[in-house]
Amino acid sequence: MKLRLSMLLFILALGVATPALAVENYVIDTAKNHAFIQFKIKHLGFSWLLGRFNTFEGSYSFDAENSANNSIKVNIDVASIDTNHAERDKHLRSPDFFEVEKFPTASFVSTSYEAKGDGKGLLKGNLTLRGVTKEVAIDVSQIGAGKDPWGGYRRGFEGTTTLHLSDYNMVKSLGPTAENVELYLSIEGIRQ
Amino acid sequence: MLKNTRQTYGWVTIIIHWLMALAIIAMFALGLWMTGLNYYDTWYHKAPDIHKSVGMLLLFLLFFRLAWVAVNVKPEIMGQVWERMIALMVHRMHYVLMLLVMVSGYLIPTAKGEGVSVFGWFSVPATIANIAKQADISGFIHYWGAWAMIGLAAMHTGAALKHHFIDGDTTLTRMLGMKRQSKGEHT
Repeated sequence: MKLRLSMLLFILALGVATPALAVENYVIDTAKNHAFIQFKIKHLGFSWLLGRFNTFEGSYSFDAENSANNSIKVNIDVASIDTNHAERDKHLRSPDFFEVEKFPTASFVSTSYEAKGDGKGLLKGNLTLRGVTKEVAIDVSQIGAGKDPWGGYRRGFEGTTTLHLSDYNMVKSLGPTAENVELYLSIEGIRQ
Repeated sequence: MLKNTRQTYGWVTIIIHWLMALAIIAMFALGLWMTGLNYYDTWYHKAPDIHKSVGMLLLFLLFFRLAWVAVNVKPEIMGQVWERMIALMVHRMHYVLMLLVMVSGYLIPTAKGEGVSVFGWFSVPATIANIAKQADISGFIHYWGAWAMIGLAAMHTGAALKHHFIDGDTTLTRMLGMKRQSKGEHT
């Protein structure tokens, strides 16, 4: 009898808890590196130069019923910039570009999410980079979601946006073909 | 005479001294100039390539020089006791700073394990790499170490000229491999 009561309570508790999960909270899986912040910029107009930020952390909320509740917050360790060339990375960390001594962290905090259907949407938010905060809009689309093989639940998105270097006071000239940088974001979150 | 004596410097020391003096001053100027070049300058890649190549050769020459110093006698330093003490300190500081500047310079391009090409003849592999902020810290040491070295060289030059023109001794001429009847020579 006692056992049955506790079973009943447990089942009831599950029933109560489920609706509260409408807003799901995710932590970006940077621990096992299933998230990437990559950028590419034209080199002299002849090819793309690719790089990434190796160190960042963040979390997001996802609401399947009301996408207005979707939000994300990410902090980036700017000094972790990596273009696979020590001297270039050193130059990128210098005041000519990111000035990491003075501005070690970049952040993105979303302000709105506009669903476009089919798992796509427009995510707007404030990007703080090199001491400048500007609103940017990121085209987002969900890649997939579901149970992982290890007992967790994951959901992943990709996103793209374009930044103008001069908006963030990066005025070192790289030539007319290299005034913008394209960002590619691939983010996998683990539901908490 | 190739080796040093108690009175004067041998030719090996003399040649290394002036070769490194000229090269280091030129490298200092080159370093300052090249870091200010804009991306579209013809010299943007060439100048650092030359700087790194010469720098590696200087580092090897410095190793030889330190070995040569170790197996040679040092000619007596002239002047007052305090002058001799300062001169000795300045000489030693030069070795310390040269080593510091050259090694820190080498640690910048090799910070992620890439080697340094010496004029395309051969490549010096990375040894210490992937330390956090390695390129930035090495760059800081390289820059300020170079300024300290040039400051010290200016002091050293001033002292040599003082010995030559005011004291009238053989401090400068013996490093030029020339004979001079010293005014204050006691030996």
